[in-house]
Amino acid sequence: MTTVFITLLCIPSFVGASVCVTYTMWSIAPSASCGPFRQLKTMIQAGKRWVEELERVNPNLSVLARAHSYLVEHPFSCLSEPASFSSKRERLVNNLQNLSVGDRERMLRGMPLSLGVKSELRQEASQQERQTQSTRQIPCCSRLKYYIIIAARHGWYSWLSFLHSLQLWQVALKRVSGRFGTGVLSYFIFLKTLLFFNLFLFLVTGAFLVLPQVVHPPDPPPKNLLFTGLELLSGAGYFTDTVMYYGYYCNYTLHSTCKDHEAYIISTANETRLECPSKLSYNMPLAYFFTIGASFFITCIILVMSKSFGQSFRIDKSHSILAMKVFCSWDFKVSKKTSVELMSENICTQIKELLAEVNHKMKKKKALEVLWRATVHGLAWAICIASTVGCAFGIYFFSEYMHKNLERESRSITKEKPIVVEASMLALPVVVSVINLLVPGLFNAAAWMEDYDSPSFRTYVAISRNLMLKMSVLGVLCYHWLGRVAKSPELIGLQCWETFVGQEFYRFLIIDFIFTLLDTLFGEFLWRLGVLFTPILPAVQIIKLFLLFYIKKGSVMMNCQAPRKPYRVSQMTTVFITLLCIPSFVGASVCVTYTMWSIAPSASCGPFRQLKTMIQAGKRWVEELERVNPNLRHLSNNHLLPQSVVDGQRKIINLLQEQIQNEGDDKKWLITRLQSIHEQRRTPARKLTRLKLLMEQLLLWKNWTSSSLEVTRNKPGD
Amino acid sequence: MGNKQTTFTDEQLEAFQDCTFFTRKEILRLHGRYRELAPHLVPLDYTNSPDIRVPLALIVTMPELKENPFRDRIVETFSEDGDGNQSFNDFVDMFSVLCEASPRALKTIYAFKIYDYNRDNFICKEDLRQTLVKLTKGELSAEEVSLVCDKVMEEADLDGDTKLSFSDFENMISKAPDFLSNFHIRI
Repeated sequence: MTTVFITLLCIPSFVGASVCVTYTMWSIAPSASCGPFRQLKTMIQAGKRWVEELERVNPNLSVLARAHSYLVEHPFSCLSEPASFSSKRERLVNNLQNLSVGDRERMLRGMPLSLGVKSELRQEASQQERQTQSTRQIPCCSRLKYYIIIAARHGWYSWLSFLHSLQLWQVALKRVSGRFGTGVLSYFIFLKTLLFFNLFLFLVTGAFLVLPQVVHPPDPPPKNLLFTGLELLSGAGYFTDTVMYYGYYCNYTLHSTCKDHEAYIISTANETRLECPSKLSYNMPLAYFFTIGASFFITCIILVMSKSFGQSFRIDKSHSILAMKVFCSWDFKVSKKTSVELMSENICTQIKELLAEVNHKMKKKKALEVLWRATVHGLAWAICIASTVGCAFGIYFFSEYMHKNLERESRSITKEKPIVVEASMLALPVVVSVINLLVPGLFNAAAWMEDYDSPSFRTYVAISRNLMLKMSVLGVLCYHWLGRVAKSPELIGLQCWETFVGQEFYRFLIIDFIFTLLDTLFGEFLWRLGVLFTPILPAVQIIKLFLLFYIKKGSVMMNCQAPRKPYRVSQMTTVFITLLCIPSFVGASVCVTYTMWSIAPSASCGPFRQLKTMIQAGKRWVEELERVNPNLRHLSNNHLLPQSVVDGQRKIINLLQEQIQNEGDDKKWLITRLQSIHEQRRTPARKLTRLKLLMEQLLLWKNWTSSSLEVTRNKPGD
Repeated sequence: MGNKQTTFTDEQLEAFQDCTFFTRKEILRLHGRYRELAPHLVPLDYTNSPDIRVPLALIVTMPELKENPFRDRIVETFSEDGDGNQSFNDFVDMFSVLCEASPRALKTIYAFKIYDYNRDNFICKEDLRQTLVKLTKGELSAEEVSLVCDKVMEEADLDGDTKLSFSDFENMISKAPDFLSNFHIRI
């Protein structure tokens, strides 16, 4: 039980649990005869009722909530009627002054008024607030709280302002978007996001792992090998016994240095060491364990809460395609003349195509044509899957061959020169990189003979095929490292298999950079998994991303034209994050969990030496805590087993989608209902068509009510 | 934040920061860009808020706007006199609404104003026709243009008055995921 509790702490059980709690509070009806929420429809209603109570007591609050929406829905009423303008203006000022500073700023920025008017409103609101504040008696403790909140807000805004002012690659991104538009820009913005992500994680691992170990190097000084240039590629040799790899880290608690006369000797069963009375101590194995766990946890949270997730999911596919094309297709970022002309041509062609489609309706595809297309698609997919399986087997046998070579080498009397051995270690990364480079070319050739309805669908198919290839290659490599090397490291003469695996990751990352500048997914998976064995890996990835940005930008500027066939680009960012980060994150976390849970760490190196599994570091700490404070034992016994996260989220998404659709239909019905009231003065013939429309809308509304009833009836959890 | 500058007073900069989506540095940079358009007209010192307007013809020479088919309408929408002569406030307002942090609701309102050529708070067929001609740079024939206008009106007009009110426009835009990323100018 305790094991489960600790493991689930490190993997996002918190996220899963909070999703489930939210879902429970939002959708599930509480019991009618027990509990604090009995006789409420949902638990959230408790909060809602309180807000309604507040609004009843203080009417300004409800006006406030409505004033903003009023302004948005009647943006033209503000300035058009001067007579009522002054009263509306007074109301606006009143509402502004009742808001907190942050809300006031948000409301001001969102107002569709000119800047001059906005700053006048702001001034009036703050003047009035100052007047009422001087007359009001604020008790001293809430004034203090007020000052603290203002100071904190000031600090936060200055930090944001500083981050903004860094403006990494601002000019470069502008040039790319000016020439190629939003689609190509999204790739570079993705690189930038990855860079900041890596930077943040490097700071975390650097501060908690690298820095303490650098300040307190382990006791026996490691033997120094000579530095040759090959280390930069192979990561072995001089770099082996450095802070770069797992093997260097201590497995005891670090203590700050103290003077000799203060220290006293502690002799336990296993060792005798000096200990200082009251200085800072740092439990290295625990820190290692929790830092890696925390970095995965943070990654998950950031991915799930990613802003670009929600922005571009399309809900209603069918209507108003032509209207959207006319009003939303022009990319305002493009500024280069030739790109603009190309974009204009593209939009023109698309409008013509849409018009032709609409006029002649969809041509019924003949059965033979459909069959032929299906055959071609099937053939292309067969080629892709066959080549993927072939590559996976090839890597499996090649890695086995390299492994056997190493075994032979460790058993033989006459050793090869170390530099030759190191260079031969580069063979596997080179082979994998060559596969990553060439096989997607084969996929492109297969896709060339296929005929797709839209270029964006072609892109998604290409991405999924590449993903399939990468994931299978990575799966085979993980088996090679965790299944072969880790199981019996003494066969290849290793004392510390984690350092060896860490070096492999380093080699792969470097070779991957040299070979495939197109591939960031591979690197992402590598560094996520590799950070367990090589805490400095994020730094290498940062350097790689930095260089990649400039190389790609140069390549794009010199070689590419604006795309001839434009395609829906708003979802590219979502696609990048969904398809590329999440499989790599999930795969990496599965591998790390398996490593921490099942594989025995090396006995002579690293922070987890002499433990049965890495998880034991955490277990021991919890047992220590329980021993000190018996109350915690009860806590660990009542652990929460989180339910299925995906299920809960999916249900929420479905409910929300239905809600949105229903509201859209509702709006439509109301607008036509309004029009029909006006229409009563018009001619009888038109009245008939309007009546028909009204009947249709009534039917729609009936369907909506019946479907919403069904939803409430079929609410899960019953 | 510590840099000595004499273009704006601190209160002015704070007002700009509170009412737009820009930071201090960006506002100062914008002032530089504004001044570049007409160096003889625009003073360096804005502490007493001079009433200077840069004419439309100069503003549309900016590289961000030069190739945009709707540049005239954009600049006119964000000018107080409606003729495209922008003060610095209008200039900042324009780029603030078109920036990345600007919310969808705000962008929809101003998009509607931009596409409403005759400024009657409705997008009628004539407005649509002009939009389309500008968009396709005259590549479509007159018949095709009129067909498209009819089709768009049919798709988007919910209350059947042969013109798009703001609620019709907003309803149509709310379903377009491209709008937010396309209706964005980097400055």
